[in-house]
Amino acid sequence: MKNNGIARKLLSAPYIVWAAIFIIVPLGMVFYYGLTDKTGAFTLENIAAIMSAEHAKALWISLGLSLISTVICFFLAYPLAMILANMNVSQHSFIVLIFILPMWMNFLLRTLAWQTLLEKTGVINNVLSFLHLPALNIINTPYAIVLGMVYNFLPFMVLPIYNSLVKIDPNVVNAAKDLGANGIQTFFKITLPLSVPGIISGITMVFIPALTTFVISKLLGGSKILLIGNVIEEEFTQAGNWHLGSGLSIVLMIFIIVNMVVSAIFDKDGEGSFL
Amino acid sequence: MRCAKAKMTTRRLLFLPQKAAGIDLRKITYIPEVFEMNKELINLVDISKSFDGEMVLDELNLNIHENEFLTLLGPSGCGKTTTLRILGGFVSPDKGRVVFDGKDITNLPPNKRQLNTVFQKYALFSHMNIAENIAFGLKIKNKPKSYIDDKIKYALKLVNLEGFEKRMPDSLSGGQQQRIAIARAIVNEPKVLLLDEPLGALDLKLRQDMQYELIRLKNELGITFIYVTHDQEEALTMSDTIVVMNQGYIQQIGTPETIYNEPENAFVADFIGDSNIIDAVMLEDKLVSILGTKFRCVDTGFGRNKPVDVVIRPEDVELVAPETGIIQGTVTHLIFKGVHYEMEVTANGFEWLVHSTGMFPVGAEVGIKVDPFNIQIMNKPASEDEEAAAIEE
Repeated sequence: MKNNGIARKLLSAPYIVWAAIFIIVPLGMVFYYGLTDKTGAFTLENIAAIMSAEHAKALWISLGLSLISTVICFFLAYPLAMILANMNVSQHSFIVLIFILPMWMNFLLRTLAWQTLLEKTGVINNVLSFLHLPALNIINTPYAIVLGMVYNFLPFMVLPIYNSLVKIDPNVVNAAKDLGANGIQTFFKITLPLSVPGIISGITMVFIPALTTFVISKLLGGSKILLIGNVIEEEFTQAGNWHLGSGLSIVLMIFIIVNMVVSAIFDKDGEGSFL
Repeated sequence: MRCAKAKMTTRRLLFLPQKAAGIDLRKITYIPEVFEMNKELINLVDISKSFDGEMVLDELNLNIHENEFLTLLGPSGCGKTTTLRILGGFVSPDKGRVVFDGKDITNLPPNKRQLNTVFQKYALFSHMNIAENIAFGLKIKNKPKSYIDDKIKYALKLVNLEGFEKRMPDSLSGGQQQRIAIARAIVNEPKVLLLDEPLGALDLKLRQDMQYELIRLKNELGITFIYVTHDQEEALTMSDTIVVMNQGYIQQIGTPETIYNEPENAFVADFIGDSNIIDAVMLEDKLVSILGTKFRCVDTGFGRNKPVDVVIRPEDVELVAPETGIIQGTVTHLIFKGVHYEMEVTANGFEWLVHSTGMFPVGAEVGIKVDPFNIQIMNKPASEDEEAAAIEE
């Protein structure tokens, strides 16, 4: 028995080494840099830097745009997930495939494609001007960023909701109807509450990447709109101030942890574990 | 009457056969078994339903009475659950009508029907506690709070689960969840309770307890129960009326006693309890040749030298000394079953299944005797052409 236990522990060694090198050590470095200044002395300045007007603005814009994108994703995803859940197997696997297909393409490529589409002289505006319609000027605005976020993260909202919907026993819905509830009552009293775990997972999986993205805002927002992700990126790559970049990362991490704690409370069945 | 009925097809039997044994039954106003019961509450008229081109129900006709415990019994895929779902409104028939209390409710959605369903695997609302589950239907109907509270108390008392109001469904055992599902349905005071294999997920002992519980409930509530099961014992224990179904057709409708003692065809005989089903020839009235030996029976009206099926229940086969038996055979198997011994006796090339409190050892020479009254004669299942001809008659 004892040997068996040791053997099992040995099997997990590669994972532990992996986790140590690529998760624990980098995290430790972030905390080290975030909590020290250039001389190596302990300081909270880098964290307090979030209070400065420029950084606070970037954080608020990030929170606002992620929230808007998450809400839009939810309202697009829920009906879609319901349609998928009510389809028979042969139909829905095809639709799910169509939905997942773009996810197999590189994230950067997809976003670059949107840049090409939305440019002032891009594909969409060419078509519009050919049809003598007014041009669409949303590139380098928050609208374009939200569009990019919704487009990129929508599948992450659809799939957990879909997962939680197909888990609902059809007889539970039938039981509600049997007890006199009409379609709307059944939806709000039965279907929606029972799909809450999926909704929470979906929100987490859209909100967190949207909050931390810097690629979407860089490609579709131009340099005019700075999200907190862009600020952090610039501190590392351009300003070379790893201490400030790490400090702001720690602040962002706090928001992410809060979000994950909330989702862990609701998502006991692990609806989000499909990925 | 036994013989004549056996010949009729389901459709004709149910829908007042127009002609049987040369008598025009439409002129007879009193037909026992059907009209001595309470008034009719539900009529299923010519119901047909197919899924993906596969016929599940074919012109089914069924009348259900007030305060009746009616069981739809049959193997899986016989159409019993579909029938129940059509009654509940969850499946709409391709053809035919559902009449409830004189009104056509065929196209009425489930939430507008005066019947409630107890689903297989309970289908409780897992995000609500027991009290909220039971109150669901009443809240939808905007009943006052005091009324709802009284009803919850009453229902929990009725199913022997007082004090469970604040518990969550997941924390209850299968049997308890089942009783909550029943409570949730009956607080709405339905005229009919539909039960879809409600005891299927319970273990044997609990299932037997729940059977008595259901009979008690039905008697206390005084409403109609329509019960779907594939368990013949369950059906025999609880029902006033059993409807035996197979492949979308009703095979026989009757009291548990009739179904057991006078099965109309080999399917019913085989499905309900153990039986010896033997090829035989009806030589003349009250005389049948079973495996080449003449047996006296009580059936008449089959004509002369007509091939038939004979059903003899294992407990009706008497084993006696070889010289006093009608035929002789050898005991080949012997199993003690508690209440009785189960034996197999090979006689005239047929393995007779015998239940008896007396025992003969394996290898013993025995005689077989059957009381004429215990020999049930059935027509052989007609080919489809013959059936069609019989309907056009």
